[in-house]
Amino acid sequence: MSSMQPIAAPLPFTLKTKLSVDRVSMVFERDGNRTEVLNNINLEVGDGEFVCLLGPSGCGKTTLLNAMAGFLSPTSGEIKVDGEAVRRPNPRRIFVFQERGVFPWLTVEGNIGFGLSKVTKAEREQRIAYYVKMVGLQGFEKTYPQELSGGMKQRLEVARALAVNPDMLLLDEPFGALDSITRLVMRGELLRIWEAERKTVIFVTHDIDEAVQLADRVVVMSARPASIRQIVNIDIAHPRDISAPRYLELRDGIFQQIGLAHKV
Amino acid sequence: MRDEHATRTNLLLLWRPLAFIALLLLLWEIGIRRQASHLLPGPWGVVGGIVDLVRHGLLLKYIVASLFRVTWGFALAVVTAIPLGLAVGWYRRAEMALNPILQILRPISPLAWIPIAILWFGVGDLAAIFLIFVGCFFPLMLTAIDAVQSIPAVYVNAGRNFGLSSAALVYRVLYPAVVPKLIVGLRITLGIAWLVVVAAEMIAVSSGLGFLIVDARNAGNRYDLVVAGMLIIGIIGLLLDLGMQSLEKVKSFRWGYSED
Ligand SMILES: Nc1ncnc2c1ncn2[C@@H]1O[C@H](COP(=O)(O)OP(=O)(O)OP(=O)(O)O)[C@@H](O)[C@H]1O
Ligand SMILES: [Mg+2]
Repeated sequence: MSSMQPIAAPLPFTLKTKLSVDRVSMVFERDGNRTEVLNNINLEVGDGEFVCLLGPSGCGKTTLLNAMAGFLSPTSGEIKVDGEAVRRPNPRRIFVFQERGVFPWLTVEGNIGFGLSKVTKAEREQRIAYYVKMVGLQGFEKTYPQELSGGMKQRLEVARALAVNPDMLLLDEPFGALDSITRLVMRGELLRIWEAERKTVIFVTHDIDEAVQLADRVVVMSARPASIRQIVNIDIAHPRDISAPRYLELRDGIFQQIGLAHKV
Repeated sequence: MRDEHATRTNLLLLWRPLAFIALLLLLWEIGIRRQASHLLPGPWGVVGGIVDLVRHGLLLKYIVASLFRVTWGFALAVVTAIPLGLAVGWYRRAEMALNPILQILRPISPLAWIPIAILWFGVGDLAAIFLIFVGCFFPLMLTAIDAVQSIPAVYVNAGRNFGLSSAALVYRVLYPAVVPKLIVGLRITLGIAWLVVVAAEMIAVSSGLGFLIVDARNAGNRYDLVVAGMLIIGIIGLLLDLGMQSLEKVKSFRWGYSED
């Protein structure tokens, strides 16, 4: 089982570069107010890598992720995926929204099949069944989202994203609204799916533990205007023991980097 | 077991209003008998009026005439105001340009358009249809503008993310996202249409339920027919509203009406 073998923390230069963020800055102007949000962000993400963007609330994580997805263009600098500049959204990289992004007017099946209008009916049905099973929503195929729990809706949105077979998933605090138990379960599920499908994952969070549990590398961002303070390699194999000394060492390092004492 | 329970609750729910209506009818009859027969016909008089109308073949004819005008006026307003409102709501600049005019036209009662309707279309169906159209157009357009503007950006972004063309975005995301609000607007507007048709028929045509009411009064103070007409207007209005309301129960629309 691949999850039992130690996975060396992939360094960006050992993997093919999937995503490159090159001197990206972002300034919003609204009603004459200038808000500097991103300040000279440089980042390379390898193919199949799991990267967490970690930073304080309001620092610009969502903005950066939106720019990676192609919903926003940076004020300066450039973002490239597979060497090509990002100009608009593309089904090869699917954004999973912090808010509920599932379509309430479609059933579970309808949502998962949403991006599959170009494949044959047989294949669509087969893929829907496959991803329904992968995220554990069997028996809810005909259910509308309003009758699902928060965690089920999140899984549904992940399934909808995976169904179009993207290379990259952009997740914006996907588990932020869930209770702590469901959140733990969902982290496990996401890692299982990631290990099975090896997508490149960019995962935004402001939860240090979450970042250290999930990521190959954690990108620690400063308060707004966000710049990258440090990139931490998490060189621990999955499944991770969250009481192991190395885990605690890495986590405490990030706590200190952010300037928080971990005593309450 | 559950069904049985449900039917029993339904019966209970019906029982109360029916009993209350019976009580009102009784009080009405008693009141009329005691002294007020010159103020209002009694319930039996009204029933007689309805029977009279049916015997002369007028009831169905007038109902059809009124529904015909409402259908046309309402349908014309729906097919023009909704697409226009959706487009205007989508392009914020268009909304900013149009909004002042809409805000001025909207509070003008459709009845104020009667002289102009007669000037343009003469006395007849067209004038009545025009008045209903005017009465429905502005509320529908404002509903559509509001519905588009309140679509959460996540739905639009998700649609674009899955590579939808503009046309596909309209019918796979924008349209389903606005339907629940539109249905509420349609329901309210159909109620307005039914109010307007009666008023329009009192002035601009010589058939229909509104005409029945003025005609009954002018041609011999037949107040039993007046009240019969009012009653039928009320019942048809209720049925129209129930019809629209049943749309809100469609499963793929229902998310728009959840309590939370
Ligand atoms: N379209 C916009 N126009 C103006 N300012 C904006 C816009 N979008 C975001 N901002 C500002 O940019 C800053 C960063 O926002 P962003 O949503 O990227 O933060 P975040 O790191 O995702 O925060 P959180 O952790 O709370 O989700 C905020 O101060 C926000 O007010
Ligand atoms: Mg955010």
